[in-house]
Amino acid sequence: MTLEDLQELSEKEQLRQAEKKHRILYCSAAGCASCGSDKIGAVLKAKIKEHGLEKECEVVGTGCLGLCGEGPLVKLQSDQTLYQNVDVQAAEQIIESHIVKNLPVTAKKVDTTQPFFISQTKIVLENCGEINSESIDEYIGVRGYEALAKVVNEMQPAEVIEEIRKSGLRGRGGAGYSTGLKWGIVSKAHGEQKYVVCNADEGDPGAFMDRSVLEGDPHRVLEGMAIAGYAVGATQGYVYCRAEYPLAIERLKLAIKLAEKMGMLGNRILESQFNFRIDIRIGAGAFVCGEETALLQSIEGKRGNPKPRPPYPSEKGLWGMPTLINNVETFANIAPIIRNGSEWFAGIGTEKSKGTKVFALAGNIRNTGLIEVPMGIPLRKIIFDIGGGTPEGTEFKAAQTGGPSGGCIPKDHLDLPVDYESLSKVGSIMGSGGMIVMDSTSKMVDVAKFFMQFCMDESCGKCIPCRVGTRHIYGLLDKISKKKATQDDMVLLQELCTMVKETSLCGLGQSAPNPVLSTLRFFRNEYEELLQPVEIYQGEPGVVADFEK
Amino acid sequence: MAVKTLTINGEQYSAQEGESILSVARQHNIPIPTLCHLEGLSTVGACRLCVVQIEGIPRLLPACTTKVEEGMVIQTANERLNKYRRMIVALLASEGNHVCAVCVANNHCELQDLAYSVGLVRVRYPYLFPNKQLDATHKDYVMDHNRCVLCTRCVRVCDEVEGAHVWDVAGRGINSEIITGLDYSWGNSQTCTECGKCVMVCPTGALFEKGVTVSEMEKKKGFLKYIITARQKKEWVSIGNE
Amino acid sequence: MIQTEKQQHPSGDNRFKLLDRAITKHQARGDALIEVLHVAQGIFGFLENDLLIYVAHALKLPLSKVYGVATFYHFFNLKPNGEHTFVLCMGTACYVKGAERIQSALEEHHQCKFGQTTKDNKVSFITARCVGSCGLAPVAVLDNAVVGKLTPDESIKKVEQLKNTLREVVS
Ligand SMILES: Cc1cc2nc3c(=O)[nH]c(=O)nc-3n(C[C@H](O)[C@H](O)[C@H](O)COP(=O)(O)O)c2cc1C
Ligand code: SF4
Ligand code: SF4
Ligand code: FES
Ligand code: FES
Repeated sequence: MTLEDLQELSEKEQLRQAEKKHRILYCSAAGCASCGSDKIGAVLKAKIKEHGLEKECEVVGTGCLGLCGEGPLVKLQSDQTLYQNVDVQAAEQIIESHIVKNLPVTAKKVDTTQPFFISQTKIVLENCGEINSESIDEYIGVRGYEALAKVVNEMQPAEVIEEIRKSGLRGRGGAGYSTGLKWGIVSKAHGEQKYVVCNADEGDPGAFMDRSVLEGDPHRVLEGMAIAGYAVGATQGYVYCRAEYPLAIERLKLAIKLAEKMGMLGNRILESQFNFRIDIRIGAGAFVCGEETALLQSIEGKRGNPKPRPPYPSEKGLWGMPTLINNVETFANIAPIIRNGSEWFAGIGTEKSKGTKVFALAGNIRNTGLIEVPMGIPLRKIIFDIGGGTPEGTEFKAAQTGGPSGGCIPKDHLDLPVDYESLSKVGSIMGSGGMIVMDSTSKMVDVAKFFMQFCMDESCGKCIPCRVGTRHIYGLLDKISKKKATQDDMVLLQELCTMVKETSLCGLGQSAPNPVLSTLRFFRNEYEELLQPVEIYQGEPGVVADFEK
Repeated sequence: MAVKTLTINGEQYSAQEGESILSVARQHNIPIPTLCHLEGLSTVGACRLCVVQIEGIPRLLPACTTKVEEGMVIQTANERLNKYRRMIVALLASEGNHVCAVCVANNHCELQDLAYSVGLVRVRYPYLFPNKQLDATHKDYVMDHNRCVLCTRCVRVCDEVEGAHVWDVAGRGINSEIITGLDYSWGNSQTCTECGKCVMVCPTGALFEKGVTVSEMEKKKGFLKYIITARQKKEWVSIGNE
Repeated sequence: MIQTEKQQHPSGDNRFKLLDRAITKHQARGDALIEVLHVAQGIFGFLENDLLIYVAHALKLPLSKVYGVATFYHFFNLKPNGEHTFVLCMGTACYVKGAERIQSALEEHHQCKFGQTTKDNKVSFITARCVGSCGLAPVAVLDNAVVGKLTPDESIKKVEQLKNTLREVVS
């Protein structure tokens, strides 16, 4: 297949869709699927058949439509009507009333002029909920694989890297390292074999961005990986996906198969000299395997124990070979950058944080679901406009970003622009995109304890500060929350947090104290209210160590 | 190989490219406490006792795994580092069940020596008093999990030097444990060659010979250098046991 | 005795043939250990010692290493689960939305802690870290079905229903 063939195919698909009077989309991603959207899809199809409308209408299962809290969702692509909480009855009505009689079903209609819909900027999610994620034709119909065709036939690897560097794209997996620089390092590293790895471990409990991208638009990730492979000189790629995402794994497998069949993956991609294969590796329930060195150990079939860096994976990664690791969302940004040019991308966002960020909005907030916003958007806008604020009768207290490695952002900082630098200034991190909103009912000590328990359970146990330190920090938080602690314990807590942060081997331990430090910073009073009074502070003597000879 | 110059604690030193900070420090008798590291085995950077401060790098890095670089300015000890090291040993004390006075390794224990050298007197963390097993099923040796600090020296020596890979780590986090085979007792292991290397490299009284009593278990580690030089250079040096 | 994938398992259990196929697919490479354990657990439900030994020999790995890997990852079960599973999400979104209340309600009602199986061996209560349906928090996975927006009372009811259904046997 050549670039021309691809464009022809794309036009053919666009024509095919244009001939349909209605494309009825139902969300078949995990969130809605768990509310029975498969059944809704079946009902829609049966009704279309019943009315003999199969020619002019098509019913399509798509990726996430965004408003996950109100599923199952159904959307008419023709006039962009969105229906929420669609049950069997409503599904029947949609066909009978809206499709047949052109009378929208007002009771279930979502007002798509609300800020939730209009304040978003979609790059990564542009196809999510627009195309059938199981069809490669539909992806090609929205100019899919065009960027790959352009790259392998018209660009030098160094030009690709330069384009990505100029776009200002930074890693979306947490640390925010410049993607272009990372690609440059891997491309210059020496090794007879190089690898590209997509980090789809999404370990932050309370985040589902990567899952939605994989379920709704898997080809986009594959295309990004193949472009990366071409740029750095790799011929083998791996997607490391967590086992908790069976649907994403299934869709990925199918997407790889279809892409191979059409010559987008495999040997001589799009009639160039470039060969690239992608395999899937499935995690097995370990948060630490999101950390890059642990992830590589896991791909090699070992325990997911991180290794000290340097050496970085870009120099010594999988089986000792130079390895490029990027997050799902990072790869999802690649094709549009190549298609639209780096200036276009660099025009979105702030000076140091370019493009958009996908957030999984959850917790005590009215609109839960998946959103994509330009970098630098004020937090207030995300929570109150897009998210619709906290539910009736409760008050916003804090938003937690970065999950167990991040921190909370209190009310006073609501006008903070959401970008890498600003978030770290207030002691949180961008993280991979989980954003949990807490209202007045959340107790911050308990929240800190919750995250510390998570880190303690997920610590791999290799290094002492994290293995034993997180255990004691958890113990201290437990003591405080049970009102048994004194000011001495607070001193101990603070000391331990600093020490674990500074001496742990990997990012898990180094960031595990963040939720505690951040709640101590903004909600110290909630800790102090729980302390036992001590008249005169003497400092805990501790017990004599049993090391006496 | 290129020579690198670097500054440690204000003094200038030169070192070979590819050498670790720890190795340079040892050559010049600059003390850096270590536990998981053992010359002759692979480095894992796990215990974090050897962390040092390097100018221009915000993170502390372990001396055992970090390679020297031109112009590095390193501090191997200061108040902050000493405090962290004391805390690390205190964490170990609270994690296991260590009572030196009744231990076979008393006076010959690296953990005990560490506690003295970092100046650990009191432990402010609650002891966890884990319920750990003692495995005496092997005909020659005993494994007392109560005294294990999970340094994985035994795992590495058995895999890398003896080639038997009897040991490994099971579980994770605070529940990690050293195991033989499928968590069977050591005595049932079909692959243990009874060479005793693990016993000799173990820094504490976790692994010891049957029959020894308090303070009698001296560990002789000279064999490691002997075997490794023999393998790599076909030279048989004299065994220097510590 | 050392078995290779060519020999039949002495028990004559045909499921080992399925496992062998997966092992051959990965050319019996040691680094496919996690993939093979996934397949083994899929076929047998849990990883018995006998099975781990079989996998170790087939992939030519030391037993301790196989055991170390199997116990590192939470996804692998070394013990069988009850007839049904109730997996309660304890991710952040679900926690903020009160998953703990569901946990204590269920523990009290069934006199069975999470991480254990009821005495009649009907239901295993398991906790998970985010099943990726945070929009529907609090969430649980009953056998294979995701159920969202749970309340304590409702979960108790759901578990009763679960007990009375027959689990589909995955072949
Ligand atoms: C404990 C821990 C967990 C992590 N989990 C993830 C994850 O789930 N997904 C991810 O993409 N990156 C995760 N990371 C970050 C990765 O190590 C790595 O930085 C990232 O995949 C690089 O990709 P990027 O440059 O595209 O961001 C984690 C890091 C740590 C320390
Ligand atoms: S910081 Fe925690 S997770 Fe990372 S290596 Fe140390 S023990 Fe393992
Ligand atoms: S038994 Fe000894 S050598 Fe082995 S991990 Fe424990 S302390 Fe280290
Ligand atoms: S000796 Fe360097 S980390 Fe243990
Ligand atoms: S936190 Fe429960 S599904 Fe994500």
